Amino acid sequence: MYRSNVLVCGGTGCTSSNSELIISKLKEEIAVRGLDKEVNVIRTGCFGLCALGPIMIVYPEGSFYSRVTPEDVPEIVEEHLLKGRIVKRLLYQETIVDDNTIKSLNHTPFYEKQNRVALRNCGVINPECIDEYIAVDGYTALGKVLTEMTPEEVVDVVKASGLRGRGGAGFPTGLKWSFAAKNQADQKYVCCNADEGDPGAFMDRSVLEGDPHSVLEAMAIAGYAIGSSQGYIYVRAEYPIAVKRLQIAIDQAREYGLLGKNIFNTGFDFDIGLRLGAGAFVCGEETALMTSIEGKRGEPRPRPPFPAVKGLFQKPTILNNVETYANITQIILKGADWFASMGTEKSKGTKVFALGGKIKHTGLVEVPMGTTLREIVEEIGGGVPDGHTFKAAQTGGPSGGCIPASYLDIPIDYDNLLSIGAMMGSGGLIVMDDTTCMVDIAKFFLEFTVDESCGKCTPCRIGTRRLLEVLEKITSGNGAMEDLDRLEELCYYLKENSLCALGQTAPNPVLSTLRYFRDEYVAHVTEHRCPAGVCKALTNYFILEDKCRGCTLCARNCPVGAITGSVKVPHVIDTKKCIKCGACMEKCKFSAIIKK
Amino acid sequence: MKSLAELQAIRDRARSQVILRENNDNAIRVLVGMATCGIAAGARPVLNAMVEEVAKRGLANVTVTQTGCIGICQFEPVVEIVTPGQEKVTYVKMTPEKAVRVVNDHLVNGNVVTEYTIGANS
Repeated sequence: MYRSNVLVCGGTGCTSSNSELIISKLKEEIAVRGLDKEVNVIRTGCFGLCALGPIMIVYPEGSFYSRVTPEDVPEIVEEHLLKGRIVKRLLYQETIVDDNTIKSLNHTPFYEKQNRVALRNCGVINPECIDEYIAVDGYTALGKVLTEMTPEEVVDVVKASGLRGRGGAGFPTGLKWSFAAKNQADQKYVCCNADEGDPGAFMDRSVLEGDPHSVLEAMAIAGYAIGSSQGYIYVRAEYPIAVKRLQIAIDQAREYGLLGKNIFNTGFDFDIGLRLGAGAFVCGEETALMTSIEGKRGEPRPRPPFPAVKGLFQKPTILNNVETYANITQIILKGADWFASMGTEKSKGTKVFALGGKIKHTGLVEVPMGTTLREIVEEIGGGVPDGHTFKAAQTGGPSGGCIPASYLDIPIDYDNLLSIGAMMGSGGLIVMDDTTCMVDIAKFFLEFTVDESCGKCTPCRIGTRRLLEVLEKITSGNGAMEDLDRLEELCYYLKENSLCALGQTAPNPVLSTLRYFRDEYVAHVTEHRCPAGVCKALTNYFILEDKCRGCTLCARNCPVGAITGSVKVPHVIDTKKCIKCGACMEKCKFSAIIKK
Repeated sequence: MKSLAELQAIRDRARSQVILRENNDNAIRVLVGMATCGIAAGARPVLNAMVEEVAKRGLANVTVTQTGCIGICQFEPVVEIVTPGQEKVTYVKMTPEKAVRVVNDHLVNGNVVTEYTIGANS
């Protein structure tokens, strides 16, 4: 019987900042002090507050230690675990009230507004231990549907909950299941899309790393609902921790007879196989994903026929995203009404966002649908750091768009986002401040889609390339006003004529930045100026005469000798020689160098 | 897995570990003094006995935590029981055997074990 649980984040973020070493050191120190029978060290999935990693939480006190280093471990073991004295210097500052009271993590601004449904077990259980998942009611929902419900009832509950696909487009999940259930076939398939490819998105990875069994259980429930005995999880090979934990989870579930033949003695058979993707963005598109599982090159195919009719191996198939599945067991256990009570009229439940970019608390947050962008950015995310101001939030990755500051108070759900030219997408939320050039951002996403286009259809293969060329022309200062019209025209052509969602949505970043930040495009074209000072060709560095003390530091650091001047006399930059590396601005101690 | 009962049995067995990780603001808190003085006087077996008995009894509303020196070193091992809305009870000169009785009489049945309290010992 352990008296204390030490949970250390083993998600990809914290693992990359040494949490593995912290865990092994922790175990070592605990053993040295003879506490190994009393203290249980658990490697969990992501806690959410990635900006503060590596993260450690000690129960029953609930002390939340952030930015722990291996060197801190002996002190934590000696002081906290042995003597019961909390190591205050490592506590997350926002959990300390006054001087002596410590509040629980759930009452900090980051967690208080959240409602964790899909992430409920992430950072709480040991993802490599099926018993811990069962301890938090795992596999109870599967038991319930197999012993108490008909497949039709399961589909009806999912329909009534109002759950919509968390992969991007927001198609009603129950409806999708009912289509596949209706179609008769000797074999049907249940697939899970774990090919998270959006730049800046990592919520699916975190669910797989922190709570893999919840996805397996939900897939088995889906299998029962549509009459399938075989599932596949398509996960990218770039997610090694997720892959490893999924495999462990599948093995454990098979061993317990929760996957395989005759589950719960009800005659229901279901098994799941892993399929590794090589990290092609297009394989997140449903038909391309299934083509890839079939062992062929991951290219999309025209719809209809839709996968519910002819999907994997030409058989009726449902494909849901990781986060969608993560909601299913809770809907079965707590009921459709419970789920539908959260969210907005047409978007029910909660949504996980991967907060990134220019924001204080980067990490994972899960909030009810209809939470405003302002609440997410300012309250949960802690706002834009370093005195800069919020400019826009990019949602939905390359398929999405930018939300400008004027829409900060819009309740976020599928329909509201579409109405302002953005989209939910998988839930990546990248915050940009006044140092971001919106034309450059559009160019960044276009570079991504040009690389990732599979090339099967001409509009996408050539159209994205042409779009990128126009953007490059504008950011290099050679754009003309007609180019803006050409951009728009090309965007709409691509939207209407591409084969799959990759090409159809590729113009979104361009269209939404043109819509809300047209003035920046115009400044690039007519004034040859980049307002945010990002586009190199349009930016020059200058020394402010009144601020320069003539310390010569900039001149000594300039790699091309473009800065001249004598000691204690204001220096000058020769803009013709300058290569705009920014080294001088970084080194200047008097903020005397500006770029414009 | 052949039946729901089998699943339930695994669940019950594993539950006591995971329950430790829930933040329960209304819980009854058992604080065991574990500064140098407490450890020297034998607080560790007391703490472990407390944890085991609480788990055995399935007391979901009780958290057992260690704490620093309470300031009455001559009475160590000291155990404080803090119930929301009630006055704190301080047990002194504890042993693992006494701990088991405190869990049963005080935490399960709500009867303070007066003879172990600081009032009876000072």
